[in-house]
Amino acid sequence: MAATGQTIAAAPPQEGLRSKLRSASTGFWFMSPALLLVIVFFFIPSIIIFGLSLTNLSTATGFQNWDWIGFKNYEKIFNHPSTKTIAQATIIYVVATLTLFNVGMALLVALLSTHIPKRAGFVFRTLWLLPRITPSVVYIMMWKFMSAAEPYGILNRYLPFLFDGKNLLPNSPWVFVILTNGFVGASFGMILFASAIESIPKDYMMAAMVDGCNIWHRIRYVILPALRWPLLFVTTYQTLSLLTSFEQILLLTDGEFGTEVWSLWAYHRALNNYWGNFQWGFGAALAVIMVVIGVVAAVAYMRFFQFDELVQEPRIEAL
Amino acid sequence: MNSETNIWKTRISNAIPLILLVVLTSPIVIGFIWILISTFSKTTYGLEPQGGLTLDNWSFLWEKDTKIWTVTLNTLILSVGQTVAVVLISSLARYALSRISFPGRKAFLSMTLILHSFPAVTLLIALYFVLRWISDIPIIGNGLPIIGGFGYNTMGGVILVSLALQLPLGVWLMKGFFDNVSWDMQRAALIDGCGHFRVWWQIIMPIIRPGIAALTIFSFITGWSSFLIPYTFITDQQNSVLAAYLRSLLSDTAPVSYSTVAAVGLFQLIPVMIFFIFTQEYLMSIFAGGSKGGT
Repeated sequence: MAATGQTIAAAPPQEGLRSKLRSASTGFWFMSPALLLVIVFFFIPSIIIFGLSLTNLSTATGFQNWDWIGFKNYEKIFNHPSTKTIAQATIIYVVATLTLFNVGMALLVALLSTHIPKRAGFVFRTLWLLPRITPSVVYIMMWKFMSAAEPYGILNRYLPFLFDGKNLLPNSPWVFVILTNGFVGASFGMILFASAIESIPKDYMMAAMVDGCNIWHRIRYVILPALRWPLLFVTTYQTLSLLTSFEQILLLTDGEFGTEVWSLWAYHRALNNYWGNFQWGFGAALAVIMVVIGVVAAVAYMRFFQFDELVQEPRIEAL
Repeated sequence: MNSETNIWKTRISNAIPLILLVVLTSPIVIGFIWILISTFSKTTYGLEPQGGLTLDNWSFLWEKDTKIWTVTLNTLILSVGQTVAVVLISSLARYALSRISFPGRKAFLSMTLILHSFPAVTLLIALYFVLRWISDIPIIGNGLPIIGGFGYNTMGGVILVSLALQLPLGVWLMKGFFDNVSWDMQRAALIDGCGHFRVWWQIIMPIIRPGIAALTIFSFITGWSSFLIPYTFITDQQNSVLAAYLRSLLSDTAPVSYSTVAAVGLFQLIPVMIFFIFTQEYLMSIFAGGSKGGT
């Protein structure tokens, strides 16, 4: 997609309807490629997905014999035996990964890496970014070998007194789901927290030290207050990311051992399953529920952060 | 209080964060050491290669009917295509949003924010139908050279979808850079008879080079390792991108050679690692600058 080749007449800043109209059309031309993409790949799909969720379209019905079935798919979801377990699994996954890693570990690594020599801190933060840039297939394979049975698995081989030599994944799938997602997710918060900590004026720290604050007091009364905004931002933003991400789980367990989360469920039903029966209608209904939760959360968090304030630091939305 | 214990006390308190960090980071380091070792061995028991070192796992690079170069080329096309398009389109949109006052500006801004946190993967099912429709358009659908077209089961289609999903991020990432360009410069150029398009291309774009760099780095890395979208929208995994090819090696019914998978994985990781090492300082400093006002 090349840039629109429109050369637009200069519009020196002046009042009046004509110049307003002209700047409106200029704005429109600059926006048009982005607008087109947003319409084709966000708006139309949203409408399609809602429409689909009202049908029984699947590979069984084909593209000819499907019917509108109203809200039957939604009814089916509410009465489905798996709904409760999958919803619970999703909540466990999101809450545990978020608190332990995306916020908890991120904060810990940020704190530690800003309290050692600068170069060393930089090295550690780079290491923590590695999982994010590694192809997910290889990254997950690495974890599979961590957990593999004897004699292949790293954990079983070097810590035989802790584990029984069997593959660890089936017995503690959640530990590995949270670890794999957490090691990827922690870097987002880590970078934001670390740069926020580093931008605290040195005088504050000195003043606190002169006043006889120990390390805990400094964290509690100087560092944490400075991190208020990044903490809130990371928490809400990462909640949304975790809610909809399933790539790691897909590759790690493919939803086995009770690790099927909501987004993976929709994916399995509609696009990828062993039986080859793709239930687009039912999958779409599952997706619509997620979209609604996502949008409500997004709007809530825009309210919470006050949109105008967020506008002032867009560069923060970087990962 | 004697000074000797004091020195020790500071030494220990300096060492504690370092030791803790080493412990916390160890899974990552061990994992990557394992990848490196296993690519040169037949099998590994833990981190120990069994039966000597070998180059067999790398034979996919020089075998006769190897698919690796097609797949690598596809990955390159996807990453470069997506990166160029994201940078151009989001900086065009951003110019309008930051530098031109027009109605609907604020609405679009808040909309991109919602899209930014929109669960994009949930749209996969619908995107499948959109791409099928695009396929039906003659030529554009699936009759183009190199990218194959913009429809279902073409690289062009995958580029379009990845591009759209990255767009909200691009628009927001560029905002800070566009906002910081001096208004006087733009006004002077406009008064001198420069069109908005020339202002964008000849004045603003050179100034915001750091922003373009950041978006380029980020977008290229994302594109190079992208898996889900090519995996979903290209049916033949062996002619898809590196990540999907890798996955096809794993899910084959024949016994899987994990060492080969690790070697292909490392092959995919190396370019992006080199790229990352050379650009990371840059990327980090941009993040650092971006969050300052937010504290």
